[in-house]
Amino acid sequence: MKRTLTCIGCPMGCQVTVDYEGETINSVVGNTCPRGDIYARKEVTHPTRIVTTTVRVHGGVIPQVSVKTASDIPKEKMFAVVQDLRCVDVNAPVAMGDVVLENAAGTGVSVIATKNVPKK
Amino acid sequence: MEHYNIVIIGGGPAGLAAAAAAKKAGEDSILILERDQELGGILNQCIHNGFGLHTFKEELTGPEYAGRFITEVKDLGIEYRLNTMVLSISSDRIVTAMNRTDGMFQVKAQAVILAMGCRERPRGALNIPGYRPAGIYTAGTAQRLVNIEGFMPGKEVVILGSGDIGLIMARRMTLEGAKVKVVAELMPYSGGLKRNIVQCLDDFGIPLKLSHTVVDIEGKERVTGVTIAAVDAQNRPIPGTEEHYSCDTLLLSVGLIPENELSLSAGVALSPRHKGPVVNESLETNVPGIFACGNVLHVHDLVDYVSEEATNAGRNAAAFVRRDGKDDAALPAVEIVPGDGIGYTVPETVRPKIMNDLFTVRFRVRGVYRDHFISVYFDGERVQHRKKQIVAPGEMEQVILQKKDLAAHKDLKKITICLEEA
Amino acid sequence: MCGAFSFFDAAGKGEVNMYDVVIIGAGVSGSAIARELSRYDANVCVLEKAEDVCCGTSKANSAIIHAGYDCEPGSLMAKLNVEGNAMMTELARDLDVPFERIGSLVVCTDEAARGGLEELLEKGKKNGVPDLRIIERDELVKMEPNISDEAVAALYAPSAGIVCPFTLNIALAENANVNGVEFRFNTEVFAIRKMGDHFELETGNGTIESKCVVNAAGVYADVFHNMLSSHPIHITPRKGEYYLLDKSAGAHVHHTIFMLPTKMGKGILVSPTVHGNLLVGPTATDQEDREGNNTTREGLADVAAKSALTVKNVPLRSVITSFAGLRAHEDHHEFIIREVPDCEGFIDVAGIESPGLSSCPAIGKMAADIVEKKYGFAKKEHFIATRKGVLNPAKLSMEERNELIRKSPAYGNIICRCETISEGEILDAIHRPLGAKSLDGIKRRTRAGMGRCQAGFCSPRVMEILAREVPGVTMENVTKAGGASKLIVGIDKDAYDTMPENAERAAKSAD
Repeated sequence: MKRTLTCIGCPMGCQVTVDYEGETINSVVGNTCPRGDIYARKEVTHPTRIVTTTVRVHGGVIPQVSVKTASDIPKEKMFAVVQDLRCVDVNAPVAMGDVVLENAAGTGVSVIATKNVPKK
Repeated sequence: MEHYNIVIIGGGPAGLAAAAAAKKAGEDSILILERDQELGGILNQCIHNGFGLHTFKEELTGPEYAGRFITEVKDLGIEYRLNTMVLSISSDRIVTAMNRTDGMFQVKAQAVILAMGCRERPRGALNIPGYRPAGIYTAGTAQRLVNIEGFMPGKEVVILGSGDIGLIMARRMTLEGAKVKVVAELMPYSGGLKRNIVQCLDDFGIPLKLSHTVVDIEGKERVTGVTIAAVDAQNRPIPGTEEHYSCDTLLLSVGLIPENELSLSAGVALSPRHKGPVVNESLETNVPGIFACGNVLHVHDLVDYVSEEATNAGRNAAAFVRRDGKDDAALPAVEIVPGDGIGYTVPETVRPKIMNDLFTVRFRVRGVYRDHFISVYFDGERVQHRKKQIVAPGEMEQVILQKKDLAAHKDLKKITICLEEA
Repeated sequence: MCGAFSFFDAAGKGEVNMYDVVIIGAGVSGSAIARELSRYDANVCVLEKAEDVCCGTSKANSAIIHAGYDCEPGSLMAKLNVEGNAMMTELARDLDVPFERIGSLVVCTDEAARGGLEELLEKGKKNGVPDLRIIERDELVKMEPNISDEAVAALYAPSAGIVCPFTLNIALAENANVNGVEFRFNTEVFAIRKMGDHFELETGNGTIESKCVVNAAGVYADVFHNMLSSHPIHITPRKGEYYLLDKSAGAHVHHTIFMLPTKMGKGILVSPTVHGNLLVGPTATDQEDREGNNTTREGLADVAAKSALTVKNVPLRSVITSFAGLRAHEDHHEFIIREVPDCEGFIDVAGIESPGLSSCPAIGKMAADIVEKKYGFAKKEHFIATRKGVLNPAKLSMEERNELIRKSPAYGNIICRCETISEGEILDAIHRPLGAKSLDGIKRRTRAGMGRCQAGFCSPRVMEILAREVPGVTMENVTKAGGASKLIVGIDKDAYDTMPENAERAAKSAD
């Protein structure tokens, strides 16, 4: 199976074509530097992303706290993680690094606050 | 009147880094004036990750990156006032400001550091015809509504401009449940980072239309649709290429302008090229004792460079205060000029006598160039020649100059930075 | 019979059955008439389809108080323009309206067309315009260094001026309201029926009855006229497009500069505004759509091209916004202010196009006189003739300003950074008579959002204040300008419920 990706390593944006079978990479072509190779291999086999969003805060100086997944999660789980956070709200104070949701969307990854929100 | 040795206008990434650097350089009398209710500036609403790779060797979100500097400023015991709007600055460095508790007040400073950041270009500056309904937002305003206030400004979105804020908002709005239909970009290339195009647009199947612009906005009360069209080489819409998109929102991400109204009140001269103050190697403006750094000086691509630049401004301001405001206007200065392919340079002059051993000149190129050399000329002589596979206006470039090289070049008048074909 | 006064808009809906006078339209004409009628003991109500005053022609025009030399001598336009111009100084003082008599120049750019200036001068003299004179190039260049190199001479009219059209309209309405005139907003009139000695007006907010109806409906005036008269009138919405430039360009000219029409066309005006911006426009395009106030690519290009005919180097790079307004052009280009001959008690104030703004004090007086003479209202004993505008702290000394902030800390909280507008001014705009309910209402009363960033910075902050202060307004229903102009469509992640593709995406993602 062949897939062509745009490398994100630099403004070049090389069109890198990967020939792969499941987890097995047969070839990577079109990249100008090794970064393209590394990126393309990961992107076709285990693409991951950090998800950042916000959740409601009660009694804080601001109405929301920004959050992120503590590490990257499988790319296809992005919407499920946000969906999971819909019903989450927290009480002030919130400290940067506080876990607001454990095991988001079954990824095993926690969602943590990225900001301090003191009490009003 | 109150007195501080250094007053910093703005508590965003530039102001915070400048304050910390000045303090660490031995300066104790520092005041930061911030108009928002918290320190951190625009980073508070930039909740996405990707900040700090250069500075901290890890990927942080905007609030986390700001948080590190806020903690440092607080730990260093630097004074700051929030919810405080600076109204004017005089050329003799009297800062007039206002807030609810102190009222209108003036502070006399030995040195002022301008760190007000930039603002977004509004629709009016683009002459987009059509109606003026609700539902037209700059990307940054939408970002504030979504990320700080928690409100969705729209459900079906067209974005004009592929600057990074626009790309980031395409992803944010999508993740929060909106449908982003298209991103139109006037230029034949995107001003945003490649990574953002892939992770904010491609990930969600959002089309990017280069060399396109919005030619009509419909909806008398709320936006009901926009029409985009392809443009020719002179950026004029090409008849017959119009495409209509029904939507309730148009987001504009069409450029940032350094916010220099206060600088002008102090008599600071601005560069027509980067729209920020003209500065020397110390990041000092034409008004002695007034320094500038961050996006008020020129719009940066990465916050890491803002912090680095602001650190220099903070150190230099502290040195200026230590010298007791001694006028160094008499020192000979060498001009730095943008040559072929270069949009602007910061700074515009360097005084070899008091420059640091290593000294960074930042600049942006005018277009996308492949396989070109970045060259530096000392008067007529080429002293640097570095090949780049690609340069683009969306990314800041830099060259590093050495004091000893400048010293070795007798009667140096002009340093030119240019692009040369391979 | 006056027991049904309500000092505020539609709050008392349903309590009033029969008004003495209903005025349709809360633009500058309707508001001027309302103010003049508020001098009398009469039960007066203004019906406005928009959510605020000053939402039609009155909000998008040249903001000029014309001297009155180009109206046809003997016309009602000529008479009311010159009268209105003369009344403006006192009116602006009484109602705290920014007004400056900066003078205007009609610039001749073709020696062969110089006769046109003489003709205008003669017309002006006949119309009674004071102090008109023709000036030669030397003097013109001294007055206006940026005047076109082609300019040969100009007609100078020192009595011409510039005004804040929003404040003028708002001030007239506020003062009328303080003196007892009721304003009902969001009240569109769909039909008017003559019922013997009174009228029934069918509105979006129920039926309203009145002995007298004043038709000050701008581009809709013919619609109402034609409902009741067998002698139809016809009004064409005539679009005018403008550029507004940043304050950095405001001093490019010092007078309102017109072009003497030539074979090549009519030209446009270039003028400073009372707030220090530069205004360039308008175009003139006839259309059918009475709500079609959109700008067009062609129109804006025309403005840009024509600005250069009289003034050099207009810094069009400093444009901060463009807009279009619709003039109510009547076929005979004349004001129609009279009781409709075949409909007793129905007073037309129609065809109020330029110089309508200049004439509005005289229009108000004339229309009110017609009504008063017919119904013989008694003079009010305690008419309040003056009104204070939204306090402008920038005009205070630092001590005065600090005193103000001590008493009312909101004046220390700057909301609009470009125009330096504080929360105190915004609260004033909300809580004064006929107060603001929307972003545009705030903008027109305080200038918050009118500056170079065009509300990018302050709009979320102003929305929060509106949601906090105006009963019934929340962040989720706050509007730009009433009606369907909502600014927010929901809260974050809300759309996961309402947009099916989101549910699908989320479900797929959760697998």
